[in-house]
Amino acid sequence: MAADERVLLMGEDIGPLGGVFRVTDRLQADFGSARVLDTPLAEAGIVGSAIGLAMRGYRPVIEIQFDGFIFPAFNQIVTQLAKIRARHDGRVDMPVVIRVPYGGHINSIEHHEESPEAYFAHTPGLRVVAPSTPNDAYWMIQQAIASNDPVLFFEPKAKYWQKGEVDPAAPAAGLHQTRIARTGTDCTVVGHGAMVTTLLQAAEVAQSEGTSLEVVDLRSVSPIDYEPLLASVRKTGRLVVAQEAVGNASIGSEIAATVAERAFYSLQAPVLRVSGYDVPFPAAAVESLYLPDADRVLEAVDRTMHY
Amino acid sequence: MSEQTTYGPLHGGADPEPIRFLDEAGAYAPSATAAEFADELSAVGIDDFKQWYRDMVSTRAFDTECAHLQRQGQLALWVPSVGQEGCQVGLGRAAEAQDHIFPAYREHAVALIRGVGFLQIAAQFRGLTHGGWDVTDPAHGNFHLYTLVLGAQTQHATGNALGQLLDAKRRAGDTSMDAGEPGTATGEATMVFYGDGTSSQGDANEAMIFAASYQTPEVFVVQNNGWAISVPVARQSRTPLYRRALGFGLRSVQIDGNDPLAAYAVGRRFLREARTGGGPGYIEALTYRVGAHTTADDPTRYRPAGELEAWQQRDPIARFEAHLRTLGIDDAFFEEAREEAEREAKRVRDGILSLPAPQPGSMFDHVYSEPHPRIDEQREWFERYESSFSEGSAE
Repeated sequence: MAADERVLLMGEDIGPLGGVFRVTDRLQADFGSARVLDTPLAEAGIVGSAIGLAMRGYRPVIEIQFDGFIFPAFNQIVTQLAKIRARHDGRVDMPVVIRVPYGGHINSIEHHEESPEAYFAHTPGLRVVAPSTPNDAYWMIQQAIASNDPVLFFEPKAKYWQKGEVDPAAPAAGLHQTRIARTGTDCTVVGHGAMVTTLLQAAEVAQSEGTSLEVVDLRSVSPIDYEPLLASVRKTGRLVVAQEAVGNASIGSEIAATVAERAFYSLQAPVLRVSGYDVPFPAAAVESLYLPDADRVLEAVDRTMHY
Repeated sequence: MSEQTTYGPLHGGADPEPIRFLDEAGAYAPSATAAEFADELSAVGIDDFKQWYRDMVSTRAFDTECAHLQRQGQLALWVPSVGQEGCQVGLGRAAEAQDHIFPAYREHAVALIRGVGFLQIAAQFRGLTHGGWDVTDPAHGNFHLYTLVLGAQTQHATGNALGQLLDAKRRAGDTSMDAGEPGTATGEATMVFYGDGTSSQGDANEAMIFAASYQTPEVFVVQNNGWAISVPVARQSRTPLYRRALGFGLRSVQIDGNDPLAAYAVGRRFLREARTGGGPGYIEALTYRVGAHTTADDPTRYRPAGELEAWQQRDPIARFEAHLRTLGIDDAFFEEAREEAEREAKRVRDGILSLPAPQPGSMFDHVYSEPHPRIDEQREWFERYESSFSEGSAE
């Protein structure tokens, strides 16, 4: 915001409160209420207004308070935001970032713990990313704001309270670049957002049991940077895809299909998916049974290793 | 105009008469509600009136031509504006060059006034483009693209107007925008068009909330043409639409939408107030969709008998022509204007049939502003695949 006066923030409760997760804490005090705008409670209005602001040269960073509340704005995102650049033959960019706290692990109530990223990955014109570490969150939000395309920026709520090192000096990985989070030789496991932590936990356990997992952090689900993932699969011969979202027509489905197309002869076993069940995100009391944990990942790894 | 607003008893008292300067026969007979806007017309001269007339007949001739082209299979769809030229010309001429205009999809007369060519509009309905004109080109008068998703443009307009407001604040070094603060003079405004059916959309209502909240320099224009495809306005609202805007805290009036003088006077006043910090306004223009919603529907299935004929008696072009005749304009002008309109419509007919289809690979061109591997791969594959056929035919 200091570097570019065209950047402004909009959302519900992002001003004096600093956002329900305090991500925008003190920004209104620093930049003024004309750069950090508390909005009426209307998600479509937030996105639709941001589109008009972007048409005028602003770079809005807007917040949808919770994942399950993005759908009132779905129309503006998929029929408008995603297509405006193409409809204008490239003459009008849409540098809008939509921040969405997403995913489970916080034992909240209905509509406060969902993973809607596949809806947006399905829509041409949008970019969809999800950091899994503080360092990535630091760099990726800046890269998203710098992008002239609309970016859905999914922030894993489970990670808001986890501390980690940020290196503001080291060159950042590209916004859409896949990251190898842990090297291994026997089986590749891939995920994004908070799931990466689960995969790393699974890899620790697997290591103690004599199986070496390579953990791949997608970082971006649209577009997906496939080359590092395919290289990993060619090395290990096996792939397990893990995600919090429901499995049907999901990011994991897309990865399984693409790996089957492009690395078929490297595969020693079918690609397996570990996901949320194909049900609405369940009540908090049973969410731990819905969310894939390290045990469910390891169960899939066992199946693929013994195929 | 009771035919289309058959409401029950209204809460809060009766409505004032719609603002009008011309009676149904075109005689200059201002309503009591028009008096406060009369001075807005003081600078309009005969030459302006002649231009307004040319705008109206040109649009109607174009419209008629496009309906024919659609019937002949040359356009995929056509959205006629016949009957609504009066409010469109008045409001279009009321805007100043620096103002922005967000249309729905039947504001053909406004497009013409702002410098967008009829051919560019027809091209979209022929299926050659999803946009059609360069909104960043000053020659196109800040007239934004048509939006087919009902009401989506109301929010884009509000965002644009918010940007106009924030620009003015930045120029003034004002970093705050607190709830309840008075409006800010911007020197420019945004006008957005939609219809009575769209008034039921959530987006249109949220746009009014945001506009009122931030006091954006904006004018909402609802062309109440009586019908949302086959659904009458009485199904959309139990109150006149302008009353809804009052509830959102907007200045709001109802005008005779077939009277270009009323549209111009009220539009000019509301736009000026928006530019000078008076906040958003709302104009409900009572008009009538003489044709179908689009060439895909059949109004004879749903319109009550006699309604069309009653409205044709108030045709905006005929009324305005009658007014101009009282000002001394003679047959020669009207004849010449109609002939020119026909020539222009013919140019559109000839032009649209010779417009080239877009380059096949262009569908990949502008989806993203920065490289995108999936698009790049698919474009390469597409080009290889398509060229394989031309290689085959050359053999």
